[in-house]
Amino acid sequence: MHIQVNGAAIYCYTGGKAFDAAKPTVVFIHGVLNDHSVWALQSRYMANHGWNVLAIDLPGHCRSSGEAPATVEQGADFIGALLDAAGVQRAALVGHSWGSLIAMEAAARLKDRISHLVLVGTAFPMKVSPALIEASQTDPEKAMRMVNVFSRSTLSAPPSALGPGTWVFGAGMALGRKVLRSNTAVNVFHRGFVACDSYTGGEAAMAQLTCPVLFALGSQDQMTPPRAAQGLVNAARAAGKSVSMANLPVGHNQMTEAPEETLFALRDFLAR
Amino acid sequence: MPGYSDPGFDTLALHAGASPDPATGARATPIHLTTSFVFESSDHAASLFNLERGGHVYSRISNPTNAVLEQRVAALEGGVGAIATASGQAALHLAIATLMGAGSHIVASTALYGGSQNLLHYTLSRFGIETTFVKPGDIDGWRAAVRPTTKLFFGETVGNPGLDVLDIPTVSAIAHEAGVPLLVDSTLTSPWLIKPFEHGADLVYHSATKFLSGHGTVVGGIVVDGGSFDWDGPKSAGKFAELTQPYDGFHNMVFTEESTVGAFLLRARREGLRDFGACMSPHTAWLILQGIETLPLRMAQHMRNTEKVVEFLATQPFVSRVGHPMLESHGSHALAQKLLPRGAGSVFSFDLKGNREQGKKFIETLKVFSHLANVGDCRSLVIHPASTTHFRMSDEALAGAGISQGTIRLSIGLEDADDLIDDLKRALKAAEKAGA
Repeated sequence: MHIQVNGAAIYCYTGGKAFDAAKPTVVFIHGVLNDHSVWALQSRYMANHGWNVLAIDLPGHCRSSGEAPATVEQGADFIGALLDAAGVQRAALVGHSWGSLIAMEAAARLKDRISHLVLVGTAFPMKVSPALIEASQTDPEKAMRMVNVFSRSTLSAPPSALGPGTWVFGAGMALGRKVLRSNTAVNVFHRGFVACDSYTGGEAAMAQLTCPVLFALGSQDQMTPPRAAQGLVNAARAAGKSVSMANLPVGHNQMTEAPEETLFALRDFLAR
Repeated sequence: MPGYSDPGFDTLALHAGASPDPATGARATPIHLTTSFVFESSDHAASLFNLERGGHVYSRISNPTNAVLEQRVAALEGGVGAIATASGQAALHLAIATLMGAGSHIVASTALYGGSQNLLHYTLSRFGIETTFVKPGDIDGWRAAVRPTTKLFFGETVGNPGLDVLDIPTVSAIAHEAGVPLLVDSTLTSPWLIKPFEHGADLVYHSATKFLSGHGTVVGGIVVDGGSFDWDGPKSAGKFAELTQPYDGFHNMVFTEESTVGAFLLRARREGLRDFGACMSPHTAWLILQGIETLPLRMAQHMRNTEKVVEFLATQPFVSRVGHPMLESHGSHALAQKLLPRGAGSVFSFDLKGNREQGKKFIETLKVFSHLANVGDCRSLVIHPASTTHFRMSDEALAGAGISQGTIRLSIGLEDADDLIDDLKRALKAAEKAGA
C-alpha cells in the first residue's frame, strides 16, 4: 500500500495482510540501493504472526516518490513522519546497513514511541571507501559489483527470497540496477553512501535510546564487519541499555543468505 | 579480478549453488530422490505454503538437487534465479504461460527449432495465443509486428539450423520500446558462448538436454530470469496483470510487490510448476549438474573441432554451402564477431550439391557421426532437417528458416577432429559416387 508522507506517496509492503493499527507494528528499513523486497523472508512471516508490517521503500526509491534522504538524520525524520501518517503510536524498527543507522537515529529521536530496535549489518562510523563512493557516481555498475562481491559469503545460499533456485548475487545486482533506475533525478547509490559515510551521530543516538536493541551481525560481513559495530555495542552497554546479540553465519546479505537465522533472531527479540 | 569472492565462469560451473552437504559431508551434490519434505511443525508447514519462509515442500514445486542446478545456471547466465523443467519445450511453455493467456500475441523469429515453431504456430493458437513470425534480421519487421496485445518477443541466439544470429541488443530495444520482454532460447550457444542478459534479453531458456548436460543422456530444460524487466513500468503498464495484480490462485499475492526482481520466477513456480507440473526429476538435475561441471572444457573443444570441420567442408567441391557464421560468406558473420567472439556454436548445416538420394547415401556412410535427432552431445551427430526435425514446416517456412531439401545438419562433438574430417571425407566421396 501507499501512505502519503510529507506530500510523497510512500510504498509500504504489508506482507500480504491488511494494515491493522490495532496490532503491534514493525517497520523494516532497507539499506543503500535496496528496497522493501530484501526483507521478503522476514516481513511476510511477521505479518502473518501477529504483527503489522510496514516494509518501506525509502523516499525516492523504487515504488516511493519524494526526495531520497541525503543524510541519516533526514531518514530518521522521515520515519517519524511515516509513523504519524500511518497513525502508529508505537513501533519496532528494523534496519539493515544504512537503514540500521536511520532506524537508530529515529529510535533516538522518537524515544518511547519505539518499542524495539534491530540493527542488522550495522557499523559506526559506517565509513565507505572514497573509491567506492566515487565509483557509485562515475561507474555505478562497477560499484554495484564491488558491493555485491563484498556482501557475499557463499556461492550456495539456502532457499531465499525468490524461493529455491535463487542466485542471490544476481538478484542483488538486478535489484541495485532497478533501484538506481527508479530515480532519474538523483543517484540514490551515491547519495546513500555519502549519507552513511558522513553520519557522526551514532554514539549520541545510542545514548538516547529508551528501547532494547538487537545487533544482528554477519560473522563474515566484509561491508560492516562485526568489529566495526563493537563501538556501538560498547556504548549501548556502557549506557545501561538492554543489548542483545545475534551472530549470523554469513556476510552482509543477512536477510537473503541466512533468511531463517535472521528471521528467528528478530522474531525472538520482538517477542520480548 | 576473479577470486574467492568473485569467481569466474569455470569456478561457477563447478561450485555455484553447491556446498558440502551439511548432514553427511558429501562433497558432490546429493540426489534428493524424495517427493516431499517433513515439516518441523504445523506453523512451519503453513509458513512454507504461504511463502513466509524459504524451503521445500513437494518436489514438483522445488527440490534441493534441482535448486543447485537452478542456482548454477542462473549464476552462469548472470540471472536472478532459474526454474528447472522437464524439457526445453516445457521451459518455453512455462515462460509463455506465465506471462499471457488467450488473446495475447507473440512476435517470434522464423529461425526456430521445429518443436518451438510447432508450439507457437499450431498448439498455442488453439489456446488463443497468436504468433507473428519475423525473419531474425528483419529489424523493421519486428517493430511492425507489434500489436496492442503483444506480450513477448522470442528468438534463438543462433537460429536452428541456419545459425542466423539474433541481434539481441537491437531486438530487445524494440521489445522494450513496446513494453514487452525478449525471451531467448540459448540452447545452441550455452552461457559459455554468450550471456544474452548482457546484451538486453530479459528471459533465457535452454534445452538442458543439449550442451548443458552434454552427454546425450537426459531430457531437461531450464528458464532463467534476468530480473531486469519492469513488469509494471511506464511502457508495460497494464500488460502483465498476471504479475502486477492480486492472484486469487495464490493468497492474492501481487508478485511484483513480493519481489522487485523475481516476480516472473515466483509466479512461474507457484502457478506454472504447481498446475502444469512439468518439473524435472532430481536424478536428471544431477546428471545435468555433472555435465555443467565440464561445460567450459567441452565448449572449448566443441569450438576447436567445429572450426576445423567448417574449414574442411568449405573447401569441398561437392558442398555448395556451409552455413556457419565463422565464414565471411554467412549473413550473420559480422554480428557473430560482435556478439559471439568465442564462436557461434558447433551445430550448423551445409548443403550437398547432390539430390535427395545422395544426401541419404552421405548420412548412411558416416561411421563416427551418429544419425539421430539431437544436438549438443559430446558425440558428433548428423540429421536431415527437412525430413525430420522440421518436417511439418511448409517449403516456404523451411526457406524462411534457411533449410533446403539438401541441407544436412551436423552437431560437432569432442572426438579427434581428424577422425571427424576423415568420416566426412569418406561420406562425401560415397555420396558423389552415388550420383554418377
